[in-house]
Amino acid sequence: MLWLASPSLDSRVLGWSWFDGTAGAGPQLDGDPPYATGLAALVDGWRMLQMSPLIPPVPGHERDTSFLKHEFVFERIIDAG
Amino acid sequence: MDAAPLLTTDQMASFVSRGFLRFDAVVPDEVNAQAMEELPGLFRSWLDEFRGVSSGAPTATDATDDGEAPLPRSGTVLRDAYAPDSAFGRMVRVPVIAGAIASLVGDDPVVDHHFVHIKTAGDLHAQGLHCDAIIDQGPAFDIQLFWFPHDVAPREGGTRFVPGSHLRRVNMDDVARYHHLAGEQYFSGEAGTVVIFHQGLWHAGAPNHGSRDRLMGKLRLNPTQPQVRLWDTSDLAPRNRADDHMFARMEPGMVAAELRRSEPWYEPSVHRLETVQRSTLWRYLTGDPDFDVDWYLTRTERRAALVTP
Repeated sequence: MLWLASPSLDSRVLGWSWFDGTAGAGPQLDGDPPYATGLAALVDGWRMLQMSPLIPPVPGHERDTSFLKHEFVFERIIDAG
Repeated sequence: MDAAPLLTTDQMASFVSRGFLRFDAVVPDEVNAQAMEELPGLFRSWLDEFRGVSSGAPTATDATDDGEAPLPRSGTVLRDAYAPDSAFGRMVRVPVIAGAIASLVGDDPVVDHHFVHIKTAGDLHAQGLHCDAIIDQGPAFDIQLFWFPHDVAPREGGTRFVPGSHLRRVNMDDVARYHHLAGEQYFSGEAGTVVIFHQGLWHAGAPNHGSRDRLMGKLRLNPTQPQVRLWDTSDLAPRNRADDHMFARMEPGMVAAELRRSEPWYEPSVHRLETVQRSTLWRYLTGDPDFDVDWYLTRTERRAALVTP
């Protein structure tokens, strides 16, 4: 999962999490962050599953800040056998 | 008790902007040593009770068999909460700490709760990122003291925390999904360091790759008075201008310069909203309803005043 600086996939990575379905048997991610942009993850072979929708703010709460806004979910299928 | 030095305007502005203040090695060695004796026992007695081993955890009304002071109930005034010769009692009376407490939550805060966190050597579990309690409405705020009574080396279980996260409205561990955020910190430092958090700051227990247990005493305090101009405000008036933004240049030395600070994990669009959140908090702290950063509040308030209901 990547959290980006804007809704655009080629914007800068602000945060990242990695859930390893191989429990360590597959290739590991390097780098801090592992990719500079969301687009770089695509180039490296990750498939994008989901991105945050653009939702107008709730009336009366236009200035509230909360979760990171631009969340992108990727997956990569590997043969760990 | 020695005179407690109040926080400076720069320190207060930094607290509003980043959500924490750090005081390195301010607690004397003998107090830290006392904590290393007292605090693990408190944790173990709680753990035993939690596990059903015994019901021997010290309570607010019962002194323990070995003569330890009773623990304060929630709502106990801080000055009455801990015996002056106890570890916590001595820590909160360290002048630098007492001054910071007075500056942030006044002279008569009450104890919300305290706890002892131990991250044992080799415990590599990474706690999920969270803020304590629930979504607390602002702008009034609690503080949490994180006291590290022994040296903590990098990767040895120092608390993870995210500067600038304190004003984001989230509930408890709803932010646990964020495993890495640019600019986050893991505490490391010398014995006797105290880090004071705004109640909303995101944090988590971190893996301890070291060879010794990491101990940390945490104390949450509630204010009982408006938190208005409690620090050393002698330099505030000339630095508190709301009109320091001129032709895309900002006047140096203004409080607004600190409140404009971004963090590496901020979205640029949300950074602007963060300055609004900080301006609102600074209005509360200064009692100045006209304070602003970059005119975001002022322009909308002035327009709203033009509209006939």
